[in-house]
Formats: sequence, C-alpha cells, structure tokens
Amino acid sequence: MSKPAQRAISMRAIHKSYGDVPVLHGIDLEVRAGEKVVICGPSGSGKSTLIRCINRLETFQSGSIVVNGTELTDDPAHIAEVRREVGMVFQSFNLFPHLTVLENCTLSPCCVRGLSREQAEERAMCYLARVQVAEQAHKYPLQLSGGQQQRVAIARALCMQPRIMLFDEPTSALDPEMVSEVLDTMISLAADGMTMVCVTHEMGFARKVADRVVFMDQGRIVESAPPEVFFSQAGSERTRKFLETILH
Amino acid sequence: MEFDWAFAWSVLPELLRASQATIFITVAAFACASVGGLAVLALRSSRRRIVAVPTAWIVDFIRSTPLLLQVFFVYYILPGYGLTLGPVQAGIATLAVHYSCYMSEAYRSALAAVPHGQWEAAQALGLKRMQVLRKVIWPQMCPVVVPVGGSLMIYMFKDTPVLAAVTVREVLQTASRIGADNFRYLEPVTIVGVLFLAMSLLAAWATRRLERRFAFAARKP
Repeated sequence: MSKPAQRAISMRAIHKSYGDVPVLHGIDLEVRAGEKVVICGPSGSGKSTLIRCINRLETFQSGSIVVNGTELTDDPAHIAEVRREVGMVFQSFNLFPHLTVLENCTLSPCCVRGLSREQAEERAMCYLARVQVAEQAHKYPLQLSGGQQQRVAIARALCMQPRIMLFDEPTSALDPEMVSEVLDTMISLAADGMTMVCVTHEMGFARKVADRVVFMDQGRIVESAPPEVFFSQAGSERTRKFLETILH
Repeated sequence: MEFDWAFAWSVLPELLRASQATIFITVAAFACASVGGLAVLALRSSRRRIVAVPTAWIVDFIRSTPLLLQVFFVYYILPGYGLTLGPVQAGIATLAVHYSCYMSEAYRSALAAVPHGQWEAAQALGLKRMQVLRKVIWPQMCPVVVPVGGSLMIYMFKDTPVLAAVTVREVLQTASRIGADNFRYLEPVTIVGVLFLAMSLLAAWATRRLERRFAFAARKP
C-alpha cells in the first residue's frame, strides 16, 4: 500500500462528456512518483482527453483528480499549483513562433517562477544542452526540424522543473527518421527518475521504459499491466486485437 | 483650362494648414478606434447575452448606416440629450466609434488565426490568462492586425471630408471654398488630391515597415 506522499497522480471515477457525448466512463488511475505509465488505444478511446484532465486543459463532470497532494478543482490557485508541477509535451509541439528557442524556454520560469533573466537563461541552456539542441538557442522554432522542435518543447517543459511530465503523442507528427531522437530524449528523461505519463503508439518505447502499460478503449481502461505481461499475456480480446494491428 | 502654377503656389500654405487638421483628426480617431476595437470585441464576445447581443445590434447598425448620418447625429442631435461636442470632437468621436466596429473584426480574425495549441501550451506552462494574451497571443495577432489596420486608417483619411458637413475645416472643404472664392477649382482640387495621395502613400509605407517588424522568422533554412 503506497503512502499518500508517493502518489503522484490519483484519478478516481472520472466521468467526462462533451455535451451529450460521453468520453470518459469512470476512469480510475494511480501513478506513483517516479513511475512511467504508457497509455495506448485506438483513436477516440479518450487517452488524450484523460491526460489533458491532469493539467486541467480539459475539465470533467464527476470524480476527483489529486496531483502531488493538490486536488484539481475549479479553484484557480489549485490549477496554477498543479500546472507548475506538471509539464506537458504536445503532438504539434506548440512552440511560440515569435520567440527564439531560448526565449521559449525562459518565458515561463521568468513569468511564473519569478526567475531573473540570467537565471532563467542559465537554466534554459542547461536543459537545451540536455536535449542536445543548445546550438539552436538563438534560432526561431520554424527554422528547426520537427525533431529539434519537439526536443525544444521537452526542454521548455523541463525548465519549469516539473515533477511530472505528460506526453500527448509526442512523435506522431514527426517524420520517421526523427522519431528516434525524440524517443531517446524521453528514455534518458525516464532514466533520471521523472514521473511520466505518455500517450503513444510507440510500443518499442513502452517495452523499454514503461513500468506499466494501460490500454484504453471507448473511454474505459480495459487493461493495465507491466510491459512483459501486457505484450505477451494480454487478458482481454480487445487488447490482443489492438496489439495485432499496431505490432504488425 | 491651363494649370496656373502661381495660383497653386499661393493657395498651398492654406491647404497645408487645413491638411494638418485632416491628419490630426485621422490619427486621433484611429488611435481611439484601435483601443475601441478591442473594447467592442470584448463586449461582443461576452458570455453574458445581455451584453453581447445589444453590442452586436449596435455594431451592425453602425456598419450599415452612412458615416455622414452618424456625424449629423452626434453633432446636431446629441446636444438635445445633454452631450454637446465641438465639430472636431464630434468628428473624432464619430470616426472612432465607426471604425472601432471594423477594427474589432480585424482583431477577431487575428485572434482566430492564432492556433489553439498556443493557448494550451502557455497555460500548461502555468502562465495566467493575461500573461498568455500579452506575451503569446498578442504578438502573434500583430502580423494579422497591422495590414488590416493600415488599410482602415487610409479609408479613414478618405472619409474625413465628410466632417465638412459639421463645419470641420478640413482640407477638401477648404479647397472647395478657395475654388468658389476665386472661381478656379482646378488648382486647389488637384493639390488636395496630391495631398491625399501623399498621406495615403506614407501610411501604406509605414504599414509595410510595421509588417516587416512584426513578422517572425518563418523561413526554413
């Protein structure tokens, strides 16, 4: 029984609908500190919606989410607290095109964490070096390749020094030859002990890194197991069918 | 009829003085309309229907009726309701309100042009709403707003002669008076045409300079 302090994310009985259309049906999910959870499933299964609930980019109608001890409600102070501790990487990178790579990374530490320009830049250069794009610091995002942009996006999120990182299909919009440079970055992040929740189709990554693989279908969690169990002895018929299609 | 250069030269100083009024009115009204456009947009997008719906009606009315009608209303009719404005004040106020409605459309389309992912990324980083607007959204709106705003300002220049109807001594009406006094319209009217052309070209050049300044590096290597 894990102690409450070690529970990074605790989602209980989450129900969400868009108007009349239900999207999440009673999701229960717990993520321990330092755990890497990969969420997979067919399109429309609600996996993106689910992780976007964690940093309140999506709201939910009932249930509760507690992130690092803070309950996610409509209270702006709680939401701000959670967003400071949770970093997110998007499928379409969402870098700020009017700012340089360095400015992208220093914006939030300066505005939200109150760092000075120098401190923020020092921190930014450190993380940019970590994701191996330090030499691009003074370029604009649109001058970089997709793989470089996504790595900058990872560095930008890391500059806030979050305790949890969310990844929403981080490699789905990349050309195949750039997928591995981003996955390698994520693998090294995992090795450093970051709590990660990752929505992805990259099963090789899941095998290497995940502590647990979660399969979602039609707004429900169908299966949740460590990779060794998940890939070889998946219990549910639906899971097996899905694995067949993506593992060719 | 031959162009009388001596006459043209003699009336030029008065016309230049009158064009100062035209320029002053346009710049003041445009500055107000730039801010007013944001106010109109905020009101129209209000989630409270009691605010949004009447605003939409008023905006539609202003965009569907002649500027001249609105200027008459402000200058001749409003005093009856307690608000008396001088001719130039009335002119600036009317132009500002009239063009606020068009500027709000410019802002609305600029806002729509910013991808929703920009909001999400900024919010996910913990930025508050005002910070997102100021640091992420507004800079991306500028490249869209500037060209449209520049065009609207040139339209406003060309609309200022309407204010002659409420005794504003702007440049075209001055030319008309000079022409009537001297029985020669060719020179004053030509000069005013050239003056308008010069002012519009200047505005267009300034707009292009601003556009270049706001465009962010969008060239791939």
